[in-house]
Amino acid sequence: MKDKITDSIKEFGLPRLIITGFLLLLLILAPFVGADLPTQISNIINRFSWNGVLVLAMVPMVHSGCGLNFGLPLGIISGLLGATISIELGFTGAASFVVAILVATPFALVFGTLYGWLLNKIKGGEMMIATYVGFSSVSLMCMMWLVLPYHSPNMVWGLSGKGLRTTISLEGYFDQALAHILQINIGNISIPTGTLLFFALLAFAIWAFLHTKTGTAMTAVGSNPAFARAAGINVDKVRMLSVVMSTWLAAIGILVYEQGFGFIQLYMAPFYMALPAVSAILIGGASVNKASIMNVIIGTILFQGIVTMTPTVMNNMIHMDMSEIIRIIASMGMILFALTRKTEAAKR
Amino acid sequence: MDTVNAPLLKLQGIKKDFFGNQVLTDINLELRAGEVLGLCGENGAGKSTLMKILFGAADIAETGGYGGDIFLDGEKVSFSSPFEAIAAGIGMVHQEFSLIPGFDATENILLNREPEKYNFISEIFGKRLNTLDRAEMDKRAKESIEKMGVAIDRHMMINTMPVGHKQFTEIARELSKEQLRLLILDEPTAVLTEKEAEALLDSIRGMSERGISVIFITHRLQEILSVCNTVAVMRDGVLVECEKAENMTVASITKSMVGRSVEGRTNNAARTISEDAPTVLKIDKLWVDMPGETVRNVSLEVKKGEILGIGGLAGQGKLGIPNGIMGLYEAGGNVEFEGKIIPLNNPRACLDSSFAFVSEDRRGVGLLLDESLEWNVAFPAMQIQNKFLKKYLGGLIKWRDEKAIRDVTGKYIDELKIKCTGTKQNARELSGGNQQKVCLAKAFALEPQLLFVSEPTRGIDVGAKALVLDALRKFNAESGVTVVMVSSELEELRATCDRIAIVSGGRISGILPAAASVEDFGTLMLKDVV
Repeated sequence: MKDKITDSIKEFGLPRLIITGFLLLLLILAPFVGADLPTQISNIINRFSWNGVLVLAMVPMVHSGCGLNFGLPLGIISGLLGATISIELGFTGAASFVVAILVATPFALVFGTLYGWLLNKIKGGEMMIATYVGFSSVSLMCMMWLVLPYHSPNMVWGLSGKGLRTTISLEGYFDQALAHILQINIGNISIPTGTLLFFALLAFAIWAFLHTKTGTAMTAVGSNPAFARAAGINVDKVRMLSVVMSTWLAAIGILVYEQGFGFIQLYMAPFYMALPAVSAILIGGASVNKASIMNVIIGTILFQGIVTMTPTVMNNMIHMDMSEIIRIIASMGMILFALTRKTEAAKR
Repeated sequence: MDTVNAPLLKLQGIKKDFFGNQVLTDINLELRAGEVLGLCGENGAGKSTLMKILFGAADIAETGGYGGDIFLDGEKVSFSSPFEAIAAGIGMVHQEFSLIPGFDATENILLNREPEKYNFISEIFGKRLNTLDRAEMDKRAKESIEKMGVAIDRHMMINTMPVGHKQFTEIARELSKEQLRLLILDEPTAVLTEKEAEALLDSIRGMSERGISVIFITHRLQEILSVCNTVAVMRDGVLVECEKAENMTVASITKSMVGRSVEGRTNNAARTISEDAPTVLKIDKLWVDMPGETVRNVSLEVKKGEILGIGGLAGQGKLGIPNGIMGLYEAGGNVEFEGKIIPLNNPRACLDSSFAFVSEDRRGVGLLLDESLEWNVAFPAMQIQNKFLKKYLGGLIKWRDEKAIRDVTGKYIDELKIKCTGTKQNARELSGGNQQKVCLAKAFALEPQLLFVSEPTRGIDVGAKALVLDALRKFNAESGVTVVMVSSELEELRATCDRIAIVSGGRISGILPAAASVEDFGTLMLKDVV
């Protein structure tokens, strides 16, 4: 019996156990310090539904040995292009969400292919290069958002009539497009069933993909490229596919995020989007070359849970509005922690 | 205890367990000054663990230390780090090289023990700014190389050295330590050619004459008999035999190592491949650019259904042949299989022509170390031949058939007697011999028509060796597959193959039937050596 317990603890991982314990402690503390528990739980579920797909976008590249996708902003930019073009074309409501996905897809495929080509040139240093691919694409787009010929009055700066605003409200467009599908409201708890289902659908698709012949090849390439090559696999092609998949998932991920959040954020907003996703999957128990759908789900819940709960509980405890400071300390602290876990599971 | 007549080293009741798993039980051993002790045993018998205890390796202390006592010159010692062991006069040459690639031999030999010269800067800022006394270093390196008795170039960079010389550099480093009294050699001859190994044995004899005791671990039993005074045999963590070398034979050592007698198979008289069997593989003017194993110009014909051996000294290019044909290294020339030209530099094309390859680089190329045995066995067959897949939507979705994979893996685990906890165990956790069997299973699962096997028994113990070779012979006999086997061990080739081609200087220097005499093979091996 005792062995069984130690075994399951070992499998779950001590760090995850500590984080889970901390999260439970926060949840227990919440009512005592005057925070409304149902609202908090509802918050965690919502944030999970917004971020799930972005974290899921890490999985293909981890499997093919390209490491964690620090170049997530590249995919996010594809998604942003999809969203803004969809609005520019005059689509509204749920249709604008579908069109955004359709428009974002070709951008993601093209950007992903270029990004994959680059990563195939610099095997071994993927994560560092990916970080800078992400950063530089964000900076380039900062100019592009101003220059591209957008005219929709809902998106451009009011005075000059050109150049996109930093924040664009999605009201009337795809705000809550998924969340309102089958939404469940019980008292203060609101469950965005549609978003969760959408995440489940994509997660299932990835899980299924990893069970196919090509998916198996992808995992093998990540596990030992020399072995895969000797087994007749075109390693570069498989890596390229994984990068394109990751980029496309990031594009879809940001659209899901925006529909929940209610706003499109442009310019520097995608800059730091990669780090929370990377941290979430690491906290979920993934390593640099192994990640499962379970890692994604557990990691996103834990990361988002801590990030939402800590500021609320702390604020109520010390009766001072420090939520933003505490949020930054908590989320950056989590990232730092997660990245230190990385080495533990690193290859060989 | 009487310290005057005490043996140099005495181990008393040494015990060690790793988390409840007993790996050493009650080891008692004595070694006198100048004595050479041969230590043998199958992989996993506990030889390395015993040497680690003796050398104060960190992982011993980390896993709870050991039981029993070690006496050096009659005084009880217990080393908590290798530095203490070195200070007490114990030297160890590891299986893996611990040398700095970008330094030359002299620098490696005297690393961190360099003679120093004072200069005016160091007079002011302290000893750490002393310069190296290159002339003195050179002298000392020369002395220790002479002591060793094998000539190596002391100005050669480690990364440009052949493996044998790296091994000798390590030995010279140990010999350059003046306090050295006991030298542990952990399988030093595994990477050496026969000639180099002979030189090493001479060097061991020389050390023994100078009063240095040597513990010599090897799988090559003949070497033990020719150089050691005493032979100790370990099996499953127990010292099963400790005898004077003159009372032992290869057969008796093997018997106590494996606990059963291994049937000696020196010849293959029962097999005959008729002279007029059709040629199945035709290699013409093949060159392969494989670092350290360059193939210059090889033309060779392989007959259907035979086992062709490719032998030769290390570095002469025998490994380059299968690696080149299979597209893993840049190659050129003509390869024809059953009349069809096989494109080179394209691993997929070879696999599609139903070739299979068991690489000599087991851990690097041969296995997915971090995946289950199921994946290792089934992966190539799945990717190349669409086996073990369930098809949905008219073949659009090719789903992994976990049950078929489990079944085939289970089948090979039984057939090849792979020791594991189950089909889901990770390949990394298996011992070398069992990993090799997994590599074979992977190739067998492809059901190839032509199988290349490269160094199938490298680094695995006697018992596993016999099983691996038997499995190969059986596979050849039962499915009629043509096998090309590359090995550095001539005896093993002679026991397994029908014909043996000897590679020398990147060319085929001759092909002999397996029954030809060892001398004839020896002559061929040295014909064009580069």
